[in-house]
Amino acid sequence: MKKYTRTLIGSVLAAAGLMAATSAMAGKTLDQIKQRGQVVCGVNTGLAGFSAADSSGNWSGLDVDHCRAVAAAVLSDATKVKYVPLTAQQRFTALQSGEIDVLARNTTSTMSRDASLGLHFVGANYYDGQGFMVPKGKITSAKQLKGATVCVQSGTTTEKNLTDYSRANKLNLKPVVFEKVEAATGAYFAGRCQAYTTDASGLASVRAKEAKDPATHLILPDLISKEPLGPMVRRGDDEWLAINKWVLAGLIEAEEYGITQANADQMKSSDNPQVGRLLGATEDLGKHLGLDKEWLYRAIKVTGNYGEMFERNVGPKTSINLPRGMNRQWSQGGLQYAAPLR
Amino acid sequence: MSHFSMTEARPSPDKKNRTISWRSREGRSIIYQIVAILSAFALIALLVRNTLANMRLRGIQSGYDFLFQPFGFDISETVIEYAHNSSYFVAFAIGMLNTIKVAIIGIALATVVGVLIGIGRFSANFLVQKICYAYVEFFRNVPVYLQLLIWYLVFAEALPDLDGAWNAGHFYLSKNGISFPWPVWQLGQTLALLGAGLGLVFGLYYRRLARTHFDLTGQPRPVLWVALAATLGMSVLGWLAGGAPMEWDLPKVGEFQIEDGGALSPEFMALLFGLVFYTAAFIAEVVRSGIASVSLGQHEAAGSLGLSKRQTMRLVVLPQALRVIIPPLTSQYLNLTKNSSLAVAIGYPELVSIANTTLNQTGRAIEALSIVMLVYLTLSLITSALMNWFNASAAIQER
Repeated sequence: MKKYTRTLIGSVLAAAGLMAATSAMAGKTLDQIKQRGQVVCGVNTGLAGFSAADSSGNWSGLDVDHCRAVAAAVLSDATKVKYVPLTAQQRFTALQSGEIDVLARNTTSTMSRDASLGLHFVGANYYDGQGFMVPKGKITSAKQLKGATVCVQSGTTTEKNLTDYSRANKLNLKPVVFEKVEAATGAYFAGRCQAYTTDASGLASVRAKEAKDPATHLILPDLISKEPLGPMVRRGDDEWLAINKWVLAGLIEAEEYGITQANADQMKSSDNPQVGRLLGATEDLGKHLGLDKEWLYRAIKVTGNYGEMFERNVGPKTSINLPRGMNRQWSQGGLQYAAPLR
Repeated sequence: MSHFSMTEARPSPDKKNRTISWRSREGRSIIYQIVAILSAFALIALLVRNTLANMRLRGIQSGYDFLFQPFGFDISETVIEYAHNSSYFVAFAIGMLNTIKVAIIGIALATVVGVLIGIGRFSANFLVQKICYAYVEFFRNVPVYLQLLIWYLVFAEALPDLDGAWNAGHFYLSKNGISFPWPVWQLGQTLALLGAGLGLVFGLYYRRLARTHFDLTGQPRPVLWVALAATLGMSVLGWLAGGAPMEWDLPKVGEFQIEDGGALSPEFMALLFGLVFYTAAFIAEVVRSGIASVSLGQHEAAGSLGLSKRQTMRLVVLPQALRVIIPPLTSQYLNLTKNSSLAVAIGYPELVSIANTTLNQTGRAIEALSIVMLVYLTLSLITSALMNWFNASAAIQER
């Protein structure tokens, strides 16, 4: 009953939120954040590398870094973030109702979500695809899973992709659907399902953190979907959308121009006019966003550029051990291509 | 004019003068009630209107039109036929049937276990009495959510893999759950079911005859055995009339699953076990309090009439205890049904699980939850109505 009650209360609160506060419209989010001195950021309840809290309650991860960078840009203090852990079901309602300012929770951008939920996608901070993890053994391709039971978390694009893939390839997969990711992975590791499916990054994270022996689990090479993951904001506040969008783009462009956490101070005196623009040493780009000159400089000092964020949180040197792959800069054959900041 | 007008001592008050006014208590109470109802409706209308307006303002689409779109998900357990292009409506129906399935089986088993434990607490045997006591205190004091997770863990962890599935004849027990032979449904089974129904009706009819006979002569007749024999006999007769079909759908080991045959998934069993053992603890207490409410004098009086212990229980104590037992028992049945929504934690595809998927796929949170509420409300009201009917038949017959 407890579980159901919580969903119910969440929805009722969300409904109540919708009923109240129509004042939270256009341009007000930034004012509210400044007034309360905090960015309220919806994150995953625990996905190592993307958003997870350590034993002393400090959050870290690629998604968490977006929140920190935004807080650094608008409040000049990356610690002024309130993290709200959300399940897949709760996330959109929490954003719609104004409980959170930004949702950075490895969320896939899709047309129906973008067009019908009253939300906007900021951009992709991780290009992903859905895959399968199986115990190492006779299975080496997803096509061999005919008739298999697959553990999956509800409330995700994953669930839909799994069904589509199963039908398209006549695999007759049997999904066992869990509300919480921990329950889904728990059932997989207990041997209830022959495979576990989620985004490939999620598989790597789960294998690294939850498997007793990561080497005994295989992530199949087949990717069955496109999953551009990224932050979302509410519709109706274009200024706030712009801030999130350009913080993300700015950190990607910073990597392109070689600005890092370590060299940001020296780079301020760089001869490259674009570097001066990004760091606010010459031109003031911040005023377009209602921010000051050094908004992006502060963000870079906190999280580093996009490449540094990637390496620190999920890269090959971490236990998550994800290759940079599609998330390389466009100039290196990847998909990360930020519109120019000028 | 009536012939009896002469006998009328006082004229009744003139009906035409009874207008609604503040002056009369009756009038005031009517006005208060009208105002209360109107303000309740106004409040609801305001909330609905505001919600809709705000949702429109924020570009959130709403409405129930999604119900007739294809659901587009596979469901691991279905009671009725589920095609690949079935609508959300059908999916909700399947979720509801899965809820009803676990509720009906759960209520039946919880009642049996609960009554046994409840009676066991009056046992003269020290061990039995203490075990029943310990059972009640343990199961009702551990949150049911935890119990479900523990049962699921037991089924998922402790049962063997497919390769080492425990196997007795055509029965298999593995991480896939329990698989067992299931008769291939033919005319014979339908007729057998029909026969069982007829036998049961006859049994009930015989019970009335026996009651009348008892009232007239004081001689009891063996109702239970006759009813049982009629039900079984008629069912066998029906089966024979249908050509005595003997075909079984046998489970067999496939690559990933035990295929075919009848099957109960670990999710279903964990949910069933969790709900049954939890609710049974409460039912045991209800039964115990009911039996305890019948005074010792009743036992003694029955004894002095020469009734045996069993007769005393069946004819004197239980009919009186039932009046105390049934109302709280209804609450326990309702709780069991509603608690089945916790199954989202362990992957059983019941109503809330389907609603969750819907909610996430369509974003229609308010709509999906309103359907869930409506279904639970309907199920609860039906259960209550049945139990009230049962209660009325057990109540003291006032003459």
